[in-house]
Amino acid sequence: MPHIKVDDSLAGIRGLMNFRPETAEPLGALANALLKDTEGLTPAERELIATHVSYLNDCFYCHNSHGEIACIYLDGNRELVNQVRKDYEHAAISDKLKALLQVAAKVQQGGKFVTEDDIANARKHGATDRDIHDTVLIAAAFCMFNRYVDGLAANTPTDLSTYPARAKQVAEKGYGNHIFSKNQPVAENV
Amino acid sequence: MPHINLPNLPGIRGPMAFRPETAKPLNELAEILLRDDNNTLSRGERELIGTYVSSLNDCFFCQNIHGALAGHYLHYDINAIDAVKKDFRATEISEKMKALLSIAGSVQQGGKFVTKEQIEDARKLGATDREIHDTVLIAAAFCMYNRYVDGLATWAPGDRQFYVERAPHRAEEGYIGFDLYNYGGKK
Repeated sequence: MPHIKVDDSLAGIRGLMNFRPETAEPLGALANALLKDTEGLTPAERELIATHVSYLNDCFYCHNSHGEIACIYLDGNRELVNQVRKDYEHAAISDKLKALLQVAAKVQQGGKFVTEDDIANARKHGATDRDIHDTVLIAAAFCMFNRYVDGLAANTPTDLSTYPARAKQVAEKGYGNHIFSKNQPVAENV
Repeated sequence: MPHINLPNLPGIRGPMAFRPETAKPLNELAEILLRDDNNTLSRGERELIGTYVSSLNDCFFCQNIHGALAGHYLHYDINAIDAVKKDFRATEISEKMKALLSIAGSVQQGGKFVTKEQIEDARKLGATDREIHDTVLIAAAFCMYNRYVDGLATWAPGDRQFYVERAPHRAEEGYIGFDLYNYGGKK
C-alpha cells in the first residue's frame, strides 16, 4: 500500500503524478527530452539504459515498464531486453552501448564512481559528448524516478501481462500528463 | 576537468548550458519543488532537505549552493547548516523536520529503505501527505542532480564563502529566471 493516499486505479508513478500534477509536468517533459530524443542514441538504446539502471535500483515497476517500452522499439525482442537488464556484457548490442551501460551503472552507484577510463572506453567505441551527457542524465534521472516510485511505495502491478498496454501508450504518445488520465490502457485480448 | 567538453560555468550550469532541452524541465522541477510558495514547507525547509541529501551523496557543489540558500532563508550561518548535515537530530530544527529528514536520508539509500514507521512518525508530528510526497521527491531529485553534477565531473568553486555571498541573488532570481549561458547575469 502506498505511503500516501493516491488513486488506486493508477499504477506506479502514474498515481504519484496524479497526486501532484505540478511536479508531474516537468517530470514528463524530462522523460520526453531524454527518452524520446532520436539524435545520437535511439529511443530503444535510451530505454535500455533506463531499464538497466532501474533493475540495478531494484525498482520492479520501472524496470518492467521501461523494459516493455524498449521491447516495442526492438520489435518484440524481449529476450534481448532481459539480457541487457541482467547481463548486458553478453547481449547482442553494440560495443558503444555496452560502454555507455558501463557508465550508467557507475552513475547508479554515485556520480564519483564514473572514471576517466569509463569515459575513454565509451569514446573509443564512438560515443560523442552528447551521448555521454545523455547517458549520465538518463541514469541519474532513473535514480530519481526509481526512488520516487519505491520511496512512496507506489502501486506496483505484479502481473506482467498488464505492462505492455501502458508501454504501447508511451511508445505511441510519449510521456506527459496524459499517462495518468482516467482511462488507463488495458491489456488487449489475444 | 569535466568528462565532456562543457561551457566554462560552475557545477550544474555547465551541462545545463550544454543541453538546454533537458535544462528546462530540470529547472522547472527545482522551481516547483524548492521555491514555489504554494507549499506548506518553507523554502528554507525544502532547501535544507536538498542540502542534507547532497551532503549524503558527497556532492560539493550541490550541498554548498543549496546549503547557502537554506542558510539565507532560515538565517542560519554556515556552521548551523553544517551541524544539520552532520547530525540533524542534535540540532534545534522542529521535530517534524527531523522526521522528514530521516525519510529523505532513507530515500538517498534507496526507495525501499523508507519504512512505514518513518512515515507514521512524520504524520504524528503533523506532516501531511503532500509534505511527505514533496520530501520524497526532493530527496529523489537530488539523487539525480548530484549524480548529474559529479557523474560528468563538473567544476565547482572551492571557496565555500562564494556560495554564501551569492545566495541572496540566487534566491531572488530563482531556478527559471536566469540566463543559462551567463553565470551571475540576469535575464
